[in-house]
Amino acid sequence: MGVDYVFRVGGEGGEGVISTGEMLTVALARAGFEIYTFRTYPAEIKGGHANYQVRASDALLLSSGASVDVLLAFNQEAYDKHIQDVHPGGVVIYDADSFTPPPATGSLIFYAVPLSSLATEKVGIKLTKNIVALGVCAQLFDLPQQTFQDLLKEKFARKGDAVVQKNLLALQVGIDYIKAQKKIDTIRMGVGPRKTKELVLSGNDSLALGAIAAGCRHYAGYPITPATDIMEFLARELPKLGGFVVQTEDEIAAIGTVLGASFAGKKAMTATSGPGFSLMIEMLGLAVAAELPAVIVNVQRVGPSTGMPTKTEQGDLYAACYGGHGSCPRIVMALSSVEDCFYGIIRAFNIAEQFQMPVVVLSDASLGHRKATVPVPDIARVPVIERRTPTAEELKSYKRYAFTPDSISPMSVPGMAGGGYVSEGLEHDEGGYPAASNHENHLKATKKRYAKLAAVEAISNDLVRTYGDPKPEIGIIGWGSTEGVIREAVQMATDKGYSVGALHPKILYPQPLAKLRQFISGCKAVIIPEVNYTGQFATLLRKRFAYDFIQLNKCIGLPFTPKEIFDKIEEVAQHVAHGHRAPAAKL
Amino acid sequence: MSPTATELQPQNYKTDEHPIWCPGCGDFGVLSALYNALAGQQINPKDLVVVSGIGCSGRTSGFVKSYGFHSVHGRVLPVSLGVKLANPELTVIGVGGDGDGFAIGGGHIPHAARRNPDMTYVIMDNSTYGLTKGQYSPTSQVGHVAGSTPYGNIEQPLNPLAMLIAYGASFVGQGYSGKPRELADLLQKAMAHKGFAFVNVLSPCITFHNTYKIIPPKLSEVPNDHDPSDKIKAFALALQTDRVALGVFYQERRPTFEEGVAQVIAKAQAAAPPRLDAIFAEFA
Repeated sequence: MGVDYVFRVGGEGGEGVISTGEMLTVALARAGFEIYTFRTYPAEIKGGHANYQVRASDALLLSSGASVDVLLAFNQEAYDKHIQDVHPGGVVIYDADSFTPPPATGSLIFYAVPLSSLATEKVGIKLTKNIVALGVCAQLFDLPQQTFQDLLKEKFARKGDAVVQKNLLALQVGIDYIKAQKKIDTIRMGVGPRKTKELVLSGNDSLALGAIAAGCRHYAGYPITPATDIMEFLARELPKLGGFVVQTEDEIAAIGTVLGASFAGKKAMTATSGPGFSLMIEMLGLAVAAELPAVIVNVQRVGPSTGMPTKTEQGDLYAACYGGHGSCPRIVMALSSVEDCFYGIIRAFNIAEQFQMPVVVLSDASLGHRKATVPVPDIARVPVIERRTPTAEELKSYKRYAFTPDSISPMSVPGMAGGGYVSEGLEHDEGGYPAASNHENHLKATKKRYAKLAAVEAISNDLVRTYGDPKPEIGIIGWGSTEGVIREAVQMATDKGYSVGALHPKILYPQPLAKLRQFISGCKAVIIPEVNYTGQFATLLRKRFAYDFIQLNKCIGLPFTPKEIFDKIEEVAQHVAHGHRAPAAKL
Repeated sequence: MSPTATELQPQNYKTDEHPIWCPGCGDFGVLSALYNALAGQQINPKDLVVVSGIGCSGRTSGFVKSYGFHSVHGRVLPVSLGVKLANPELTVIGVGGDGDGFAIGGGHIPHAARRNPDMTYVIMDNSTYGLTKGQYSPTSQVGHVAGSTPYGNIEQPLNPLAMLIAYGASFVGQGYSGKPRELADLLQKAMAHKGFAFVNVLSPCITFHNTYKIIPPKLSEVPNDHDPSDKIKAFALALQTDRVALGVFYQERRPTFEEGVAQVIAKAQAAAPPRLDAIFAEFA
């Protein structure tokens, strides 16, 4: 096994814990390692406990890791909270000015570094203790120091040379201090194997980049954790490409603005989290009725109501699939990794434009705020699809909602002569004229809208990923951000000799039924792990398959670890071996 | 329109759809004034978008030959903003009632006023909910007896003109459906205005709140010597609720939302190359 280490930084919120973690992450990525981060932060702006974890490896990473190799603790609370996660032989670097850990237990390796006083006395600024700590890490673990120096220059360039010099000094103070100490651990990183340049992106960054690649130039949204950075990213980048971001007065106005822009012929998007998504649901129905393409991202957090705003959950699947009144078909997709955020959002735009429907895209706090190294995106990999507009011939007797063989009606754009019509939320006929008392027409129009859903179901079978044993005894069906941990758990179980395989649909409504049926029918037991209380996807699948799915639910605001899923696989494997819980029902 | 093309007449804006309004409804006057104003401004129907909300007035989008968007209750302004954002060249007219605009949609008005998109927003104000058969509305008088106020309304009515002036709308005017010619002139001024033009139209509901005898005696004109650029005087005029003044209360020229967007784009593009790979490079 090569290099694979987990670093965790913990301390007081608002004192640079997150930025220390982020700088360490970018430095490790630039040094040629694959990275995978996890962060939790308090809901308060300042104060409370914050921590940032980065795992670095010379091989592809699928999860944030099981235990901690290096803990950098700025205060007693960070030490107390995280020490049990540090594995035997692990390293603890702590601010000796802030606290003294209890007498060493087990085989932990301690470096007592007076971070605060080094920063105060040698740099003259106490807040640079974070940078001193980075210097300690760079020297201790043999990371390329030039990378850290370049990073500091980039990060502080805007604040002027004096600030850059102070930070470079702080880095050097850390390097010099630890150089004078005896190295008592064995971690040596050096440089990683990857020579090609990769991007360091969060899930939210990757999603926003993908939206740009899909041709989205207009965004409307309202600030909400953990989706806000999508809006801020696009507010910075879209104007460079001739687009714009409006921060609307609420989420209702956000989706209204998106629908107005889509009606006027442009690709538009909004992103929100649970509370904002709840507000959008009436206009989600309008997009269904008026057959407007739209992409609505929900970066899920813990609900109900305000819930736990900075913590992760997969709790909005029901709302995404069924929220709203009436017979109201929409598409629901889920993003599974930082890289998938880029390509997944392009697919979402494609489906929205091709089928003239709203597409709800589910991400979550753990994915949106996690950073990973990803290859520079290949924009040719998912070709961009545009909506069908009427031909000159069709404009001669134009009917916006014409019943067509494939149920997709050409959509004119304001400015087209002969294309005038009313985009309608009232039930309407082919021409878009109100038909609120025409009973037969309502059935025809509803069938038309559901026929598009059926057409998406047909292509949905291409939107699944499988891994592990192709003919497994024990199957796992996951969705969204759990893909990496499931994959790692499958690997762990396979290494132990179990027959385990997983299927991960990227589209949840409609479901890729053919692929699911095929997968389920070959398994002796199927586990569905979800970060929610009731098993929302399992419930959806039970409506489709009379099958005794085994749920694995976690509902504490944190993502699964690979071990939790592995343990379930082992437990189920014992039952299967004894003939228990074998599926009784037919498919 | 090229100069040789035939001039558009008011009837060119009529659709085949017959209004569903009760005979004698004030909204007929508003619609006829709208046709005349559109012809007066020679707006090409292919470049016109009428966005409407829900209620009797909400059906207007179906009666104007153009592109239309019959949205949901109260959301005329966000949809209109999206249309202007996507294509600033389009002429956008938002239409709704006092319930649609001031009750359920009231939260959008201050933000439309301060953003100043170049559009016209027409409220057909009848001080009642006609489509749900006569409940009191945000502009109903105290004491108004209606389905939901059987003992009389206890809430003070909104003052739409004062509200819009206070919110910073760049054009604020008032008309009466019973004076369609004057209303057409006012609507033309609103359409010609560069920015967010708000026009409150008193438009009686003949079935559930008949004010045809109440409104005319109170009518007056905005005084000839009124200076519409004087915000204080415009506000004073709006606060005179014993009389109902018709005309332009307030008008100022200030940058529109679309002009602001264009400036931001120019600023961003001056600083960075407009390419996706250049954005990728920021994250390497």
